[in-house]
Amino acid sequence: MPSILSISGVEKHYNSGLSALGGVDLEVERGEIFALLGPNGAGKTTLISIVCGTVTMTSGTVLVDGHDIVKDFRAARATIGLVPQEIAIDIFATVWNTVRFSRGLFGRAPDPAYIEQLLRDLSLWEKRDSKIIELSGGMKRRVMIAKALSHEPDLLFLDEPTAGVDVNLRRDMWALVRKLRDKGVTIVLTTHYIEEAEEMADRVGVIDKGRILLVEDTAALMEKLGKRRLKLVLQHAMATIPAELADWPLELQAGGSQLLYTFDANAEGTGIPALLRRLGELGIDFKDLDTERSSLEDIFISLVERS
Amino acid sequence: MLRINRSGIWAIYRTEMQRTLRTVWQSIATPVITTALYFIVFGGAIGSRMQQVGGVDYGAFIVPGLMMLTILTQSISNASIGIYFPKFTGTIFEILSAPLSAFEAVLAYVGAAATKSVAIGLIILLTATFFVKVEILHPFWMVAFLLITSIAFSLFGFIIGIWAKNFEQLAMVPSLVVTPLTFLGGAFYSIDMLPEPWRTVSLFNPVVYLVSGFRWSFYGVGDVSVAASLGFMTGFMALCLALLWWMFRTGYRLKP
Repeated sequence: MPSILSISGVEKHYNSGLSALGGVDLEVERGEIFALLGPNGAGKTTLISIVCGTVTMTSGTVLVDGHDIVKDFRAARATIGLVPQEIAIDIFATVWNTVRFSRGLFGRAPDPAYIEQLLRDLSLWEKRDSKIIELSGGMKRRVMIAKALSHEPDLLFLDEPTAGVDVNLRRDMWALVRKLRDKGVTIVLTTHYIEEAEEMADRVGVIDKGRILLVEDTAALMEKLGKRRLKLVLQHAMATIPAELADWPLELQAGGSQLLYTFDANAEGTGIPALLRRLGELGIDFKDLDTERSSLEDIFISLVERS
Repeated sequence: MLRINRSGIWAIYRTEMQRTLRTVWQSIATPVITTALYFIVFGGAIGSRMQQVGGVDYGAFIVPGLMMLTILTQSISNASIGIYFPKFTGTIFEILSAPLSAFEAVLAYVGAAATKSVAIGLIILLTATFFVKVEILHPFWMVAFLLITSIAFSLFGFIIGIWAKNFEQLAMVPSLVVTPLTFLGGAFYSIDMLPEPWRTVSLFNPVVYLVSGFRWSFYGVGDVSVAASLGFMTGFMALCLALLWWMFRTGYRLKP
Protein backbone atom coordinates (compact mmCIF):
# COMPACT_ATOMS: atom_id res chain seq x y z
CA MET A 1 0.00 0.00 0.00
CA PRO A 2 1.32 3.49 -0.79
CA SER A 3 1.88 5.80 2.15
CA ILE A 4 -1.10 7.99 2.92
CA LEU A 5 0.75 11.21 2.17
CA SER A 6 3.90 11.56 0.15
CA ILE A 7 5.32 15.02 -0.48
CA SER A 8 8.43 15.45 -2.62
CA GLY A 9 10.28 18.55 -3.68
CA VAL A 10 7.36 20.88 -3.03
CA GLU A 11 8.21 24.55 -3.50
CA LYS A 12 6.01 27.60 -3.26
CA HIS A 13 7.17 31.01 -4.43
CA TYR A 14 4.68 33.86 -4.51
CA ASN A 15 4.65 36.44 -7.28
CA SER A 16 5.64 39.01 -4.68
CA GLY A 17 8.99 37.21 -4.45
CA LEU A 18 8.18 35.69 -1.08
CA SER A 19 9.34 32.11 -0.84
CA ALA A 20 7.03 30.15 1.45
CA LEU A 21 8.35 26.64 0.85
CA GLY A 22 11.79 25.73 -0.44
CA GLY A 23 11.76 22.07 -1.35
CA VAL A 24 9.77 20.05 1.18
CA ASP A 25 9.95 16.25 1.33
CA LEU A 26 7.73 14.44 3.79
CA GLU A 27 6.16 11.01 4.19
CA VAL A 28 3.24 10.50 6.56
CA GLU A 29 2.51 6.93 7.58
CA ARG A 30 -0.94 5.43 7.43
CA GLY A 31 -2.78 5.63 10.74
CA GLU A 32 -0.36 7.86 12.61
CA ILE A 33 -0.80 11.21 14.30
CA PHE A 34 1.77 13.53 12.82
CA ALA A 35 2.48 16.93 14.32
CA LEU A 36 3.98 19.70 12.25
CA LEU A 37 5.73 22.21 14.47
CA GLY A 38 7.10 25.54 13.46
CA PRO A 39 7.03 29.25 14.32
CA ASN A 40 4.57 31.61 12.65
CA GLY A 41 5.35 32.01 8.98
CA ALA A 42 7.33 28.75 8.83
CA GLY A 43 5.16 27.39 6.01
CA LYS A 44 2.93 24.96 7.94
CA THR A 45 -0.36 26.31 6.65
CA THR A 46 1.01 26.77 3.13
CA LEU A 47 2.05 23.12 3.05
CA ILE A 48 -1.35 21.93 4.27
CA SER A 49 -3.13 24.26 1.84
CA ILE A 50 -1.16 22.86 -1.09
CA VAL A 51 -2.04 19.28 -0.18
CA CYS A 52 -5.73 20.23 0.19
CA GLY A 53 -5.85 22.15 -3.08
CA THR A 54 -6.49 25.69 -1.84
CA VAL A 55 -3.00 26.90 -2.80
CA THR A 56 -1.22 26.04 -6.05
CA MET A 57 2.36 24.81 -5.65
CA THR A 58 5.16 26.20 -7.81
CA SER A 59 6.79 22.80 -8.29
CA GLY A 60 6.93 19.36 -6.74
CA THR A 61 4.73 16.29 -6.38
CA VAL A 62 2.16 15.36 -3.75
CA LEU A 63 0.54 11.93 -3.59
CA VAL A 64 -2.41 11.28 -1.29
CA ASP A 65 -3.01 7.57 -0.86
CA GLY A 66 -1.10 7.11 -4.13
CA HIS A 67 -3.19 9.67 -6.05
CA ASP A 68 -1.47 12.71 -7.56
CA ILE A 69 -3.20 15.83 -6.21
CA VAL A 70 -3.09 17.52 -9.61
CA LYS A 71 -3.67 14.72 -12.15
CA ASP A 72 -6.01 12.69 -9.99
CA PHE A 73 -7.43 15.45 -7.82
CA ARG A 74 -10.85 13.86 -7.37
CA ALA A 75 -9.55 10.70 -5.72
CA ALA A 76 -6.94 12.62 -3.73
CA ARG A 77 -9.32 15.25 -2.37
CA ALA A 78 -12.12 12.78 -1.60
CA THR A 79 -9.65 11.20 0.85
CA ILE A 80 -8.90 14.46 2.69
CA GLY A 81 -10.69 16.37 5.41
CA LEU A 82 -9.49 19.86 6.35
CA VAL A 83 -10.15 21.93 9.45
CA PRO A 84 -8.57 25.30 8.68
CA GLN A 85 -7.22 27.70 11.25
CA GLU A 86 -9.88 30.35 10.64
CA ILE A 87 -13.56 29.68 11.18
CA ALA A 88 -15.34 30.06 7.85
CA ILE A 89 -18.92 28.82 7.54
CA ASP A 90 -22.01 30.26 5.90
CA ILE A 91 -23.44 32.00 8.96
CA PHE A 92 -27.06 31.79 7.79
CA ALA A 93 -27.03 28.02 7.29
CA THR A 94 -28.10 25.61 10.02
CA VAL A 95 -25.65 23.16 11.57
CA TRP A 96 -27.35 20.19 9.97
CA ASN A 97 -27.55 21.76 6.52
CA THR A 98 -23.96 22.91 6.42
CA VAL A 99 -22.64 19.49 7.48
CA ARG A 100 -24.91 17.73 4.98
CA PHE A 101 -23.70 20.19 2.33
CA SER A 102 -20.06 19.28 2.98
CA ARG A 103 -20.77 15.58 2.64
CA GLY A 104 -22.55 16.11 -0.68
CA LEU A 105 -19.84 18.45 -1.92
CA PHE A 106 -17.26 15.73 -1.40
CA GLY A 107 -19.28 13.33 -3.52
CA ARG A 108 -20.70 11.09 -0.82
CA ALA A 109 -24.27 9.75 -0.79
CA PRO A 110 -26.45 11.15 2.03
CA ASP A 111 -26.14 9.27 5.34
CA PRO A 112 -28.27 10.92 8.05
CA ALA A 113 -27.34 8.25 10.61
CA TYR A 114 -23.64 8.95 10.19
CA ILE A 115 -24.14 12.71 10.44
CA GLU A 116 -26.29 12.27 13.55
CA GLN A 117 -23.54 10.24 15.22
CA LEU A 118 -20.94 12.80 14.17
CA LEU A 119 -22.96 15.67 15.63
CA ARG A 120 -23.52 13.71 18.84
CA ASP A 121 -19.80 12.98 19.17
CA LEU A 122 -19.09 16.68 18.86
CA SER A 123 -21.91 17.71 21.27
CA LEU A 124 -23.67 19.47 18.41
CA TRP A 125 -26.80 17.35 18.18
CA GLU A 126 -28.90 19.71 20.32
CA LYS A 127 -27.83 22.57 18.08
CA ARG A 128 -28.53 20.86 14.76
CA ASP A 129 -31.30 23.28 13.77
CA SER A 130 -29.51 26.40 15.01
CA LYS A 131 -28.05 28.84 12.55
CA ILE A 132 -24.28 29.20 12.66
CA ILE A 133 -24.63 32.91 13.52
CA GLU A 134 -26.33 31.92 16.82
CA LEU A 135 -23.44 29.68 17.96
CA SER A 136 -20.49 30.52 20.22
CA GLY A 137 -16.95 30.50 18.86
CA GLY A 138 -16.24 27.08 20.32
CA MET A 139 -19.42 25.64 18.82
CA LYS A 140 -18.52 27.08 15.43
CA ARG A 141 -15.19 25.33 15.64
CA ARG A 142 -16.96 22.06 16.42
CA VAL A 143 -19.05 22.61 13.29
CA MET A 144 -15.85 23.10 11.27
CA ILE A 145 -14.63 19.72 12.53
CA ALA A 146 -17.98 18.08 11.75
CA LYS A 147 -17.84 19.47 8.21
CA ALA A 148 -14.30 18.14 7.71
CA LEU A 149 -15.36 14.68 8.93
CA SER A 150 -18.69 14.65 7.11
CA HIS A 151 -17.37 12.65 4.16
CA GLU A 152 -15.43 10.14 6.30
CA PRO A 153 -11.92 11.12 5.18
CA ASP A 154 -8.90 8.83 5.63
CA LEU A 155 -6.56 11.76 6.11
CA LEU A 156 -7.52 14.64 8.39
CA PHE A 157 -5.67 17.94 8.57
CA LEU A 158 -6.09 20.05 11.69
CA ASP A 159 -4.49 23.47 11.28
CA GLU A 160 -3.85 24.93 14.75
CA PRO A 161 -6.88 23.09 16.13
CA THR A 162 -6.54 24.26 19.71
CA ALA A 163 -5.56 27.89 19.18
CA GLY A 164 -8.01 29.99 21.20
CA VAL A 165 -10.06 27.00 22.30
CA ASP A 166 -11.27 26.41 25.86
CA VAL A 167 -10.30 23.44 28.01
CA ASN A 168 -13.50 21.46 27.38
CA LEU A 169 -13.32 21.67 23.64
CA ARG A 170 -9.63 20.89 23.66
CA ARG A 171 -10.24 17.77 25.73
CA ASP A 172 -13.13 16.69 23.48
CA MET A 173 -11.05 17.34 20.41
CA TRP A 174 -8.18 15.16 21.60
CA ALA A 175 -10.61 12.42 22.57
CA LEU A 176 -12.05 12.59 19.08
CA VAL A 177 -8.58 12.54 17.49
CA ARG A 178 -7.72 9.38 19.42
CA LYS A 179 -11.01 7.79 18.44
CA LEU A 180 -10.40 8.62 14.80
CA ARG A 181 -6.90 7.21 14.96
CA ASP A 182 -8.31 4.00 16.41
CA LYS A 183 -10.57 3.82 13.35
CA GLY A 184 -7.51 4.07 11.11
CA VAL A 185 -7.74 7.76 10.19
CA THR A 186 -4.38 9.45 9.71
CA ILE A 187 -4.12 12.86 11.37
CA VAL A 188 -1.75 15.66 10.50
CA LEU A 189 -1.90 18.63 12.82
CA THR A 190 -0.07 21.84 13.37
CA THR A 191 0.05 23.30 16.83
CA HIS A 192 1.59 25.97 18.99
CA TYR A 193 1.04 23.86 22.07
CA ILE A 194 4.17 21.81 22.00
CA GLU A 195 3.13 19.76 25.04
CA GLU A 196 0.22 18.54 22.98
CA ALA A 197 2.40 17.41 20.11
CA GLU A 198 4.59 15.71 22.68
CA GLU A 199 1.61 14.01 24.27
CA MET A 200 -0.48 13.25 21.19
CA ALA A 201 1.77 12.80 18.18
CA ASP A 202 3.45 9.58 17.13
CA ARG A 203 5.90 11.57 15.07
CA VAL A 204 6.94 15.18 14.93
CA GLY A 205 8.19 17.21 12.00
CA VAL A 206 9.87 20.54 12.60
CA ILE A 207 9.55 23.13 9.85
CA ASP A 208 11.11 26.57 9.66
CA LYS A 209 11.56 29.07 6.84
CA GLY A 210 9.88 26.68 4.42
CA ARG A 211 12.16 23.74 5.11
CA ILE A 212 11.69 20.57 7.11
CA LEU A 213 14.46 20.50 9.70
CA LEU A 214 13.77 17.05 11.08
CA VAL A 215 11.19 14.30 11.26
CA GLU A 216 11.42 11.91 14.19
CA ASP A 217 9.41 9.63 16.44
CA THR A 218 8.31 11.80 19.31
CA ALA A 219 9.75 9.40 21.89
CA ALA A 220 13.02 8.94 20.02
CA LEU A 221 13.37 12.67 19.60
CA MET A 222 12.91 13.24 23.29
CA GLU A 223 15.49 10.59 24.02
CA LYS A 224 17.98 11.72 21.44
CA LEU A 225 17.90 15.38 22.16
CA GLY A 226 16.58 15.22 25.68
CA LYS A 227 18.76 16.94 28.22
CA ARG A 228 18.14 16.75 31.92
CA ARG A 229 18.83 19.41 34.43
CA LEU A 230 19.61 19.30 38.10
CA LYS A 231 18.77 22.43 40.02
CA LEU A 232 20.26 22.98 43.46
CA VAL A 233 18.90 25.72 45.70
CA LEU A 234 21.84 26.83 47.81
CA GLN A 235 21.82 27.68 51.49
CA HIS A 236 24.14 30.61 50.93
CA ALA A 237 24.41 32.49 47.64
CA MET A 238 27.82 32.47 45.98
CA ALA A 239 29.41 35.02 43.65
CA THR A 240 31.39 32.65 41.43
CA ILE A 241 31.59 28.92 40.84
CA PRO A 242 34.64 27.52 42.71
CA ALA A 243 37.47 26.22 40.50
CA GLU A 244 37.19 22.82 42.19
CA LEU A 245 33.87 22.30 40.34
CA ALA A 246 35.31 22.95 36.84
CA ASP A 247 34.74 19.30 35.85
CA TRP A 248 30.96 19.88 35.71
CA PRO A 249 29.26 22.33 33.34
CA LEU A 250 27.53 24.48 35.94
CA GLU A 251 25.66 27.74 35.83
CA LEU A 252 24.76 30.14 38.60
CA GLN A 253 21.22 31.45 38.61
CA ALA A 254 18.92 33.66 40.65
CA GLY A 255 21.67 35.96 41.88
CA GLY A 256 23.98 33.09 42.83
CA SER A 257 21.43 31.28 45.00
CA GLN A 258 20.83 28.45 42.52
CA LEU A 259 23.24 26.11 40.83
CA LEU A 260 22.16 24.53 37.55
CA TYR A 261 23.76 21.38 36.21
CA THR A 262 22.77 20.23 32.68
CA PHE A 263 23.58 16.64 31.74
CA ASP A 264 22.84 14.17 28.99
CA ALA A 265 20.07 11.81 30.07
CA ASN A 266 21.39 9.05 27.86
CA ALA A 267 25.03 9.14 28.99
CA GLU A 268 26.55 6.24 30.94
CA GLY A 269 26.98 8.16 34.15
CA THR A 270 25.16 11.29 35.08
CA GLY A 271 27.95 12.68 37.18
CA ILE A 272 25.48 13.59 39.91
CA PRO A 273 26.86 11.45 42.79
CA ALA A 274 30.36 12.78 42.21
CA LEU A 275 29.10 16.34 42.04
CA LEU A 276 27.16 16.00 45.28
CA ARG A 277 30.19 14.45 47.03
CA ARG A 278 32.45 17.28 45.86
CA LEU A 279 29.93 19.85 47.07
CA GLY A 280 29.96 18.16 50.46
CA GLU A 281 33.75 18.25 50.59
CA LEU A 282 33.70 21.96 49.75
CA GLY A 283 31.12 22.63 52.45
CA ILE A 284 28.52 23.98 50.02
CA ASP A 285 25.11 23.27 51.51
CA PHE A 286 21.88 23.16 49.56
CA LYS A 287 18.32 23.17 50.89
CA ASP A 288 16.44 21.80 47.91
CA LEU A 289 17.05 19.98 44.64
CA ASP A 290 15.01 19.33 41.56
CA THR A 291 15.59 17.58 38.24
CA GLU A 292 13.72 18.20 35.02
CA ARG A 293 13.74 16.88 31.50
CA SER A 294 13.91 19.34 28.64
CA SER A 295 10.63 19.62 26.78
CA LEU A 296 9.96 19.44 23.09
CA GLU A 297 9.75 23.20 23.31
CA ASP A 298 13.40 23.52 24.30
CA ILE A 299 14.36 21.08 21.55
CA PHE A 300 12.32 23.02 19.09
CA ILE A 301 13.78 26.38 20.07
CA SER A 302 17.33 25.08 19.87
CA LEU A 303 16.66 23.57 16.43
CA VAL A 304 15.12 26.73 15.07
CA GLU A 305 17.93 28.86 16.45
CA ARG A 306 20.50 26.62 14.83
CA SER A 307 18.83 26.72 11.41
CA MET B 1 -13.75 6.67 -8.86
CA LEU B 2 -16.51 9.14 -9.55
CA ARG B 3 -16.22 10.70 -13.00
CA ILE B 4 -18.60 13.57 -12.40
CA ASN B 5 -19.29 14.75 -8.88
CA ARG B 6 -23.08 14.96 -9.27
CA SER B 7 -23.74 15.13 -5.57
CA GLY B 8 -21.25 18.01 -5.28
CA ILE B 9 -22.98 19.97 -8.04
CA TRP B 10 -26.35 19.29 -6.42
CA ALA B 11 -25.07 20.34 -2.98
CA ILE B 12 -24.01 23.76 -4.27
CA TYR B 13 -27.07 24.22 -6.48
CA ARG B 14 -29.42 23.33 -3.66
CA THR B 15 -27.66 25.59 -1.16
CA GLU B 16 -27.73 28.49 -3.61
CA MET B 17 -31.44 27.94 -4.26
CA GLN B 18 -32.09 27.76 -0.51
CA ARG B 19 -30.33 31.09 -0.18
CA THR B 20 -32.87 32.47 -2.66
CA LEU B 21 -35.82 30.81 -0.98
CA ARG B 22 -34.87 32.35 2.36
CA THR B 23 -35.86 35.66 0.80
CA VAL B 24 -38.51 34.26 -1.52
CA TRP B 25 -41.07 37.00 -0.91
CA GLN B 26 -38.55 39.67 -1.58
CA SER B 27 -37.43 37.75 -4.67
CA ILE B 28 -40.96 37.69 -6.05
CA ALA B 29 -42.28 41.00 -4.74
CA THR B 30 -39.42 43.09 -6.12
CA PRO B 31 -39.90 42.18 -9.81
CA VAL B 32 -43.69 42.28 -9.49
CA ILE B 33 -43.72 45.75 -7.97
CA THR B 34 -41.04 47.08 -10.32
CA THR B 35 -42.90 45.75 -13.35
CA ALA B 36 -46.17 47.22 -12.16
CA LEU B 37 -44.49 50.61 -11.68
CA TYR B 38 -43.02 50.55 -15.19
CA PHE B 39 -46.42 49.77 -16.66
CA ILE B 40 -48.10 52.52 -14.73
CA VAL B 41 -45.49 55.11 -15.71
CA PHE B 42 -44.40 54.02 -19.19
CA GLY B 43 -47.42 52.03 -20.27
CA GLY B 44 -50.18 54.09 -18.72
CA ALA B 45 -48.94 57.66 -18.38
CA ILE B 46 -46.51 57.97 -21.26
CA GLY B 47 -47.72 55.15 -23.48
CA SER B 48 -51.22 56.64 -23.77
CA ARG B 49 -49.68 59.63 -25.56
CA MET B 50 -47.60 57.42 -27.86
CA GLN B 51 -48.48 55.76 -31.10
CA GLN B 52 -47.80 52.15 -31.81
CA VAL B 53 -44.17 51.17 -32.23
CA GLY B 54 -43.60 48.91 -35.24
CA GLY B 55 -47.26 47.93 -35.27
CA VAL B 56 -47.28 46.99 -31.57
CA ASP B 57 -49.00 48.88 -28.75
CA TYR B 58 -46.42 50.70 -26.68
CA GLY B 59 -47.42 48.92 -23.46
CA ALA B 60 -46.90 45.52 -25.07
CA PHE B 61 -43.80 46.75 -26.88
CA ILE B 62 -41.87 47.35 -23.65
CA VAL B 63 -42.59 43.89 -22.14
CA PRO B 64 -39.59 42.07 -23.72
CA GLY B 65 -37.25 44.98 -22.94
CA LEU B 66 -38.44 45.10 -19.37
CA MET B 67 -37.87 41.37 -18.96
CA MET B 68 -34.36 41.68 -20.41
CA LEU B 69 -33.53 44.65 -18.17
CA THR B 70 -34.41 42.67 -15.06
CA ILE B 71 -32.85 39.40 -16.25
CA LEU B 72 -29.53 41.10 -17.00
CA THR B 73 -29.25 42.87 -13.67
CA GLN B 74 -30.56 39.90 -11.67
CA SER B 75 -28.28 37.37 -13.40
CA ILE B 76 -25.23 39.52 -12.84
CA SER B 77 -25.99 40.37 -9.23
CA ASN B 78 -27.04 36.84 -8.22
CA ALA B 79 -24.12 35.07 -9.81
CA SER B 80 -21.55 37.63 -8.70
CA ILE B 81 -22.70 37.60 -5.07
CA GLY B 82 -22.96 33.79 -5.18
CA ILE B 83 -19.22 33.46 -5.71
CA TYR B 84 -17.99 36.75 -4.21
CA PHE B 85 -19.56 36.13 -0.81
CA PRO B 86 -17.77 32.79 -0.17
CA LYS B 87 -14.57 34.49 -1.29
CA PHE B 88 -15.21 37.38 1.11
CA THR B 89 -16.10 35.19 4.12
CA GLY B 90 -13.46 32.54 3.40
CA THR B 91 -15.93 29.68 2.97
CA ILE B 92 -14.60 29.26 -0.58
CA PHE B 93 -11.81 27.10 0.87
CA GLU B 94 -14.27 24.24 1.06
CA ILE B 95 -15.25 24.54 -2.60
CA LEU B 96 -11.60 24.75 -3.66
CA SER B 97 -10.63 21.73 -1.57
CA ALA B 98 -13.55 19.59 -2.77
CA PRO B 99 -13.26 16.89 -5.43
CA LEU B 100 -15.07 19.18 -7.82
CA SER B 101 -13.79 20.39 -11.19
CA ALA B 102 -13.97 24.03 -12.23
CA PHE B 103 -16.62 23.13 -14.78
CA GLU B 104 -18.77 21.47 -12.12
CA ALA B 105 -18.46 24.46 -9.78
CA VAL B 106 -19.46 26.85 -12.56
CA LEU B 107 -22.35 24.61 -13.57
CA ALA B 108 -23.71 24.63 -10.01
CA TYR B 109 -23.31 28.36 -9.28
CA VAL B 110 -24.28 29.62 -12.72
CA GLY B 111 -27.09 27.08 -12.97
CA ALA B 112 -28.59 28.34 -9.71
CA ALA B 113 -28.28 32.01 -10.71
CA ALA B 114 -29.76 31.33 -14.17
CA THR B 115 -32.65 29.37 -12.67
CA LYS B 116 -33.56 32.34 -10.54
CA SER B 117 -33.31 34.71 -13.51
CA VAL B 118 -35.59 32.55 -15.64
CA ALA B 119 -38.10 32.40 -12.78
CA ILE B 120 -38.04 36.17 -12.35
CA GLY B 121 -38.40 36.66 -16.12
CA LEU B 122 -41.50 34.49 -16.10
CA ILE B 123 -42.93 36.33 -13.09
CA ILE B 124 -42.53 39.63 -14.96
CA LEU B 125 -44.21 38.17 -18.02
CA LEU B 126 -47.09 36.96 -15.88
CA THR B 127 -47.41 40.37 -14.20
CA ALA B 128 -47.37 42.08 -17.60
CA THR B 129 -50.34 40.05 -18.81
CA PHE B 130 -52.44 41.79 -16.16
CA PHE B 131 -51.71 45.17 -17.75
CA VAL B 132 -51.39 44.55 -21.46
CA LYS B 133 -52.19 41.95 -24.06
CA VAL B 134 -48.98 40.04 -24.72
CA GLU B 135 -48.57 37.85 -27.79
CA ILE B 136 -45.75 35.37 -28.26
CA LEU B 137 -45.33 34.52 -31.94
CA HIS B 138 -42.27 32.32 -31.51
CA PRO B 139 -42.54 30.62 -28.10
CA PHE B 140 -39.59 28.30 -28.74
CA TRP B 141 -37.29 31.20 -29.53
CA MET B 142 -38.70 33.19 -26.63
CA VAL B 143 -37.69 30.42 -24.21
CA ALA B 144 -34.36 29.98 -26.00
CA PHE B 145 -33.51 33.68 -25.69
CA LEU B 146 -34.63 33.68 -22.08
CA LEU B 147 -32.39 30.70 -21.25
CA ILE B 148 -29.37 31.85 -23.23
CA THR B 149 -29.50 35.36 -21.78
CA SER B 150 -29.91 34.08 -18.22
CA ILE B 151 -27.00 31.68 -18.59
CA ALA B 152 -24.70 34.07 -20.45
CA PHE B 153 -25.16 36.91 -17.98
CA SER B 154 -24.93 34.61 -14.98
CA LEU B 155 -21.55 33.53 -16.39
CA PHE B 156 -20.64 37.19 -16.76
CA GLY B 157 -21.75 37.84 -13.18
CA PHE B 158 -19.70 34.89 -11.96
CA ILE B 159 -16.63 36.39 -13.64
CA ILE B 160 -17.28 39.74 -11.96
CA GLY B 161 -17.64 37.94 -8.62
CA ILE B 162 -14.24 36.32 -9.04
CA TRP B 163 -12.65 39.52 -10.33
CA ALA B 164 -14.03 41.86 -7.65
CA LYS B 165 -11.72 42.59 -4.75
CA ASN B 166 -14.28 44.55 -2.73
CA PHE B 167 -17.97 45.41 -2.65
CA GLU B 168 -17.38 48.62 -4.57
CA GLN B 169 -15.98 46.74 -7.55
CA LEU B 170 -18.80 44.23 -7.22
CA ALA B 171 -21.40 46.97 -7.64
CA MET B 172 -19.41 48.95 -10.19
CA VAL B 173 -19.97 46.88 -13.34
CA PRO B 174 -23.73 46.42 -12.90
CA SER B 175 -24.43 50.05 -12.04
CA LEU B 176 -21.90 51.85 -14.24
CA VAL B 177 -21.95 49.60 -17.29
CA VAL B 178 -24.96 47.33 -17.45
CA THR B 179 -27.75 49.67 -16.39
CA PRO B 180 -26.78 52.48 -18.85
CA LEU B 181 -26.34 49.99 -21.68
CA THR B 182 -29.73 48.48 -20.95
CA PHE B 183 -31.54 51.81 -20.85
CA LEU B 184 -29.83 52.85 -24.08
CA GLY B 185 -30.36 49.39 -25.57
CA GLY B 186 -33.85 49.95 -26.83
CA ALA B 187 -35.71 48.45 -23.89
CA PHE B 188 -38.28 51.26 -23.98
CA TYR B 189 -38.02 52.42 -27.60
CA SER B 190 -37.05 51.22 -31.04
CA ILE B 191 -33.60 52.42 -32.03
CA ASP B 192 -35.18 53.45 -35.33
CA MET B 193 -36.72 56.31 -33.34
CA LEU B 194 -33.24 57.71 -32.63
CA PRO B 195 -31.65 60.42 -34.82
CA GLU B 196 -28.31 59.75 -36.46
CA PRO B 197 -25.53 59.36 -35.32
CA TRP B 198 -27.09 57.81 -32.19
CA ARG B 199 -28.81 55.12 -34.21
CA THR B 200 -25.46 53.90 -35.57
CA VAL B 201 -23.77 54.28 -32.18
CA SER B 202 -26.51 52.09 -30.68
CA LEU B 203 -25.51 49.24 -32.98
CA PHE B 204 -22.32 48.94 -30.89
CA ASN B 205 -24.39 48.40 -27.76
CA PRO B 206 -24.58 44.64 -27.10
CA VAL B 207 -27.88 44.97 -25.26
CA VAL B 208 -29.57 46.17 -28.47
CA TYR B 209 -29.04 42.69 -29.92
CA LEU B 210 -30.48 40.97 -26.87
CA VAL B 211 -33.60 43.14 -26.64
CA SER B 212 -34.15 43.06 -30.39
CA GLY B 213 -33.92 39.28 -30.67
CA PHE B 214 -36.15 38.81 -27.67
CA ARG B 215 -38.74 41.28 -28.96
CA TRP B 216 -38.70 39.49 -32.32
CA SER B 217 -39.66 36.24 -30.56
CA PHE B 218 -42.71 38.06 -29.16
CA TYR B 219 -43.94 40.24 -32.02
CA GLY B 220 -41.92 39.23 -35.06
CA VAL B 221 -40.29 42.66 -35.29
CA GLY B 222 -36.78 43.65 -34.21
CA ASP B 223 -34.24 46.41 -34.71
CA VAL B 224 -31.57 44.01 -35.98
CA SER B 225 -31.79 40.59 -37.62
CA VAL B 226 -32.42 37.53 -35.48
CA ALA B 227 -29.25 35.93 -36.82
CA ALA B 228 -27.24 38.91 -35.56
CA SER B 229 -28.91 38.59 -32.14
CA LEU B 230 -28.21 34.88 -31.87
CA GLY B 231 -24.67 35.30 -33.17
CA PHE B 232 -23.98 37.96 -30.60
CA MET B 233 -25.39 35.89 -27.72
CA THR B 234 -23.37 32.83 -28.68
CA GLY B 235 -20.22 34.87 -29.06
CA PHE B 236 -20.72 36.54 -25.70
CA MET B 237 -21.28 33.22 -23.97
CA ALA B 238 -18.18 31.71 -25.61
CA LEU B 239 -16.13 34.70 -24.47
CA CYS B 240 -17.35 34.30 -20.87
CA LEU B 241 -16.60 30.58 -20.90
CA ALA B 242 -13.09 31.16 -22.26
CA LEU B 243 -12.42 33.80 -19.61
CA LEU B 244 -13.67 31.50 -16.84
CA TRP B 245 -11.60 28.61 -18.13
CA TRP B 246 -8.52 30.84 -17.96
CA MET B 247 -9.44 32.08 -14.46
CA PHE B 248 -9.71 28.57 -13.04
CA ARG B 249 -6.63 27.39 -14.89
CA THR B 250 -4.46 30.11 -13.45
CA GLY B 251 -6.26 30.26 -10.10
CA TYR B 252 -6.86 33.96 -10.81
CA ARG B 253 -7.97 35.69 -7.57
CA LEU B 254 -9.20 32.34 -6.28
CA LYS B 255 -6.01 30.57 -5.25
CA PRO B 256 -2.69 32.09 -4.31
